[in-house]
Amino acid sequence: MSTRLAKQGRLIDRSKQVTFSFNGTTMQGYEGDTLASALLANDQMMVGRSFKYHRPRGVVASGAEEPNALVGLGQGNRFEPNQRATTTELFNGLTAISQNHWPNLDFDIGTVNTHLSRFLPAGFYYKMFIHPKPFWKHVYEPFIRQSAGLGKAPDKDSRDADTYEHFYAFTDVLVIGGGVAGLQAAKAAAQSGAKVLLIEQTAFWGGRAPVDGGTVGGEPVDKFVEQLVSELETMGNVTMRSRCMGAGVYDHGYVLGYERLNDHKPGTQGPRHRLWRIRAKQVVTATGAIERPLSFAGNDVPGVMLASAMRDYVVNWGVTPGQRVVVATNNDDAYRTAITLKQAGVDVVRVVDARATAGPLAEEARQLGIRVDPGKAIAKVKGGKRVKKVQLCNQDGIGGAREEVDCDAVAMSGGWSPVVHLWSHCGGKLIWDDANAHFRPDPKRPPLGATGEGFVVAAGASNGPLALGEVLTDAHAAGKAAAKAAGFKPKNTRAPSGETAEEASMEAVWLMPANAEVQLRMKSWLDFQNDVKVSDVQLAAREGYESVEHTKRYTTLGMATDQGKLSNINGLAILADALDSEIPKVGTTTFRPPYTPISMGSIGGEARGEVFQPIRQTPMHNWHDKNGADWEPVGHWRRTYAYVRPGESVHDAVNREMKNTRENLGLLDASTLGKLIVKGPDAGKFLDMMYTNMMSTLKVGKCRYGLMCSENGFLIDDGVVARVDEDTWLCHTTTGGAERIHAHMEEWLQTEWWDWKVYVANVTEQYAQVAVVGPNARKVLDKLGGMDVSKKALPFMEWRDGKIGDFDCRAYRISFSGELSYEIAVPASKGQAFWDALMQAGQEYGVMPYGTECLHILRAEKGFIMIGDESDGTVIPQDLGLHWALSKKKEDYLGKRAHSRTHMADPERWKLVGLETVDGSVIPDGAYAVGEGVNANGQRNMIGRVTSTYYSANLGKGIAMGLVKHGPDRMGEIIEFPGTDDKIYKAKIVDQVFYDKDGEKQNV
Amino acid sequence: MLILNCPYCGVDAEETELSAGGEAHLKRYGPGASDEDFHDYLFMRENPKDVHLERWRHSNGCGKWFHAARCTRTLEVFGTYSAQVYEPPQEIKDAISAKRPGWTWRDFS
Repeated sequence: MSTRLAKQGRLIDRSKQVTFSFNGTTMQGYEGDTLASALLANDQMMVGRSFKYHRPRGVVASGAEEPNALVGLGQGNRFEPNQRATTTELFNGLTAISQNHWPNLDFDIGTVNTHLSRFLPAGFYYKMFIHPKPFWKHVYEPFIRQSAGLGKAPDKDSRDADTYEHFYAFTDVLVIGGGVAGLQAAKAAAQSGAKVLLIEQTAFWGGRAPVDGGTVGGEPVDKFVEQLVSELETMGNVTMRSRCMGAGVYDHGYVLGYERLNDHKPGTQGPRHRLWRIRAKQVVTATGAIERPLSFAGNDVPGVMLASAMRDYVVNWGVTPGQRVVVATNNDDAYRTAITLKQAGVDVVRVVDARATAGPLAEEARQLGIRVDPGKAIAKVKGGKRVKKVQLCNQDGIGGAREEVDCDAVAMSGGWSPVVHLWSHCGGKLIWDDANAHFRPDPKRPPLGATGEGFVVAAGASNGPLALGEVLTDAHAAGKAAAKAAGFKPKNTRAPSGETAEEASMEAVWLMPANAEVQLRMKSWLDFQNDVKVSDVQLAAREGYESVEHTKRYTTLGMATDQGKLSNINGLAILADALDSEIPKVGTTTFRPPYTPISMGSIGGEARGEVFQPIRQTPMHNWHDKNGADWEPVGHWRRTYAYVRPGESVHDAVNREMKNTRENLGLLDASTLGKLIVKGPDAGKFLDMMYTNMMSTLKVGKCRYGLMCSENGFLIDDGVVARVDEDTWLCHTTTGGAERIHAHMEEWLQTEWWDWKVYVANVTEQYAQVAVVGPNARKVLDKLGGMDVSKKALPFMEWRDGKIGDFDCRAYRISFSGELSYEIAVPASKGQAFWDALMQAGQEYGVMPYGTECLHILRAEKGFIMIGDESDGTVIPQDLGLHWALSKKKEDYLGKRAHSRTHMADPERWKLVGLETVDGSVIPDGAYAVGEGVNANGQRNMIGRVTSTYYSANLGKGIAMGLVKHGPDRMGEIIEFPGTDDKIYKAKIVDQVFYDKDGEKQNV
Repeated sequence: MLILNCPYCGVDAEETELSAGGEAHLKRYGPGASDEDFHDYLFMRENPKDVHLERWRHSNGCGKWFHAARCTRTLEVFGTYSAQVYEPPQEIKDAISAKRPGWTWRDFS
């Protein structure tokens, strides 16, 4: 059984007991435990089930590489699935639940998949679900949806209870990893005077070294770590952050750090996670190495663990995962585990060494009474939910002549792989190291920065060396090199000398035994989380998968949440062997950030809720809000859709506003309309290029409606342009278009016609603008007094500066409703007062404010187009019957050349018409008109679509506009619009102007 | 997350401050241009795996457009320069030549 030892546990505080629960059972641990060490201390060997076969899974590692021990952590608003038990620090009240099982962890229905495994081979998704076709919708998809996804998603009504933040940091040298290599590299870099930031993903410094042992300058390595840490802490140019993982390395020295501030003390004041957005001149990756599993049958049974992890549990947390342990290895390092276990009082029944000879550590183990079997292998692990025994055989064979040994845990070591992820993220290349059978960074091909020089230096075990002495030498040199590359002069210092036992070289073992028969290969796991076995990769190779990237996707090897940290090298070695190729030729899959998953909350940072995106408000916003505004987002603005009175529906309110504006007096807050000042000696010439019609000839004091097209001819915006003086124009844009059109103008001015003397300024927010609309519009302005707004003094499509009441203003006699209408701009600060004055004076004339829906319907009744309704980025002015706005006199304007391209001039283009339903109903938004015949897919041919459709309270029926093939030539024809409600809407093609065709109402 | 120096305001701007604007030094074709010239002007863009001349805008900064000469393969930046030129200035060409002898890009080399 796995249990707490009486002694050891350098990271735990036995005086501080911590209570937590796993699957509802209360358990005890100590402060300093991880959830994994505490579970093991409570003999909880099985912690979850695998994804595909629902096989029992136990803790296999002790850190970020853990593929199995994933749990749902926390409750309610703090519930999170797929949290790694090995990196979860224990705290009082922690609640964890295991995953991927039903109805419970011990008894699981999905286990049936493991018996079906011969029917679920590599690529079964692709093979199974093709035929028969109807099965996809009714059988396969529901099945996949049910079983897809790892863990349980948080409840949809829960909301993350924590806060998160982003933090920007700039440094000369960033050191990622706080093991001995990172600490030494940081010191070497900092001694040059460079500003150094050192980050470490765990809560403690020193990495593996205190567990692995050795001495530095004669002192035990843990003392050396202590001294180094306190030395760095006193250096003013060094910043150290623990619980902060280097998540990704990106272009030009950009690095993301993921700091977990409060995961070990939830509910504490302050952000839970902090995302460090770091810019470093140089990056040192001191990210260590990860031990590889060995591929033997049953290597996934709970109780089979990485040898280094087992050592960690004993030394760091005083926990032994078993009482009778078998160690399987191809290298000397695993003997440290055997020795550590033995010294802790655990029975080490056998060390199975695939090699013929081992180094001094093997001798030490033998002297402790441990039996060492060279040239041997594990043929098979027996046991279901935990290890019961192992069968041993010769490594050099197919797995026959087995000897059975009772045990309850297996420690395995297949050698070490440098953590090259961060080196590789931004293009650092790898070389294959035959001696250690691993990929390591190629110092000649580092990730390149803005200058074309490398900006990442790998240090210590992540660079290849594994022995303490070499690690320190390498890290010291890396720190100095980084400082130098960052522009500093490193001190002429030497690396401290580290001493460890001499080690014999490892031997690559990719399969145990070397020629394992198929029954064994089918039970030899490569990817524990996704259930990919040696036989799956071999099958993929037989089926023709040669590229490692294809094999990965076909077999799902390395596609689990651990991203192949344990399985990658073993898998591609098997692939290389199956392809009769060499590992470096097969290569690795792409390493992508983040190194381990980071929280969505940290990515969002502070940008959440109200601060996610600022909302733009007009000066009259609060008034609208108090007067029943039903809000509608328009760009970043909020506009009033309708002013809903008590007892009214929104639809009622729109109908009331619509009638009142036509019959009495309506006020619209038009402040959001874009207002761009275009000024300069060449402004007229410039606007003639921007607009399709002529703006340079506009007289001062007059207004003109204009269209804007992109260079490829499509309609992008419209609005009324007023000429303010000889060299100044004011261009109104759509509400959503102000910033875009401003940028559009700037782009042409700066990049094409840079010698033209023109300035553009966006003054949208400087003015509050009110549309005063309806038969009583003039009366209310007359009542306020000031400017003469009579037909003679201020004719249609002209503007005047002056005073209305007490307000300095500019009044435009323009109309988007077809009514007598003035748009009056006052300084933004006077907007509310002006609105109040109009509301008060307008009372006797039946004034009512109206919203954007009423605005839309009024303009549709008049057949006026709306950018975004009648235009969608594929529509040209000709489609909308706006030929009159396309200047024939101008030699050039944006879009002119494009309009003569063949497709633009095609008479088959759909054209704008009015649509009137036969029965007065309203055609559904977005409906398409269907014609005769079917297309190649058997769908009805389409001959048009609705662009705007409303109920007109003034006309008492549904009205619409739409783009219809040959529409203007088909007046009076009835066409059909099938709705999604299975009804067919029949509509007559009519003129698009439904109301006051002769424009008599606005011309008074 | 590139860093480019804005030649107008002098700021070393991070990519989040910038907007990419595609290929630099396009020659505009307007009315009177052949279908082929106009088509190429609208749609045909260089997409090299090496030296590239690009338009960028310091959109969350001074708002100005500028040009950048950089390597799309290594992300190396050879220099940034005014958007108001018809070809890269000699010092930019020299900077590229120093790192990529014999380079060509459309009509420039």
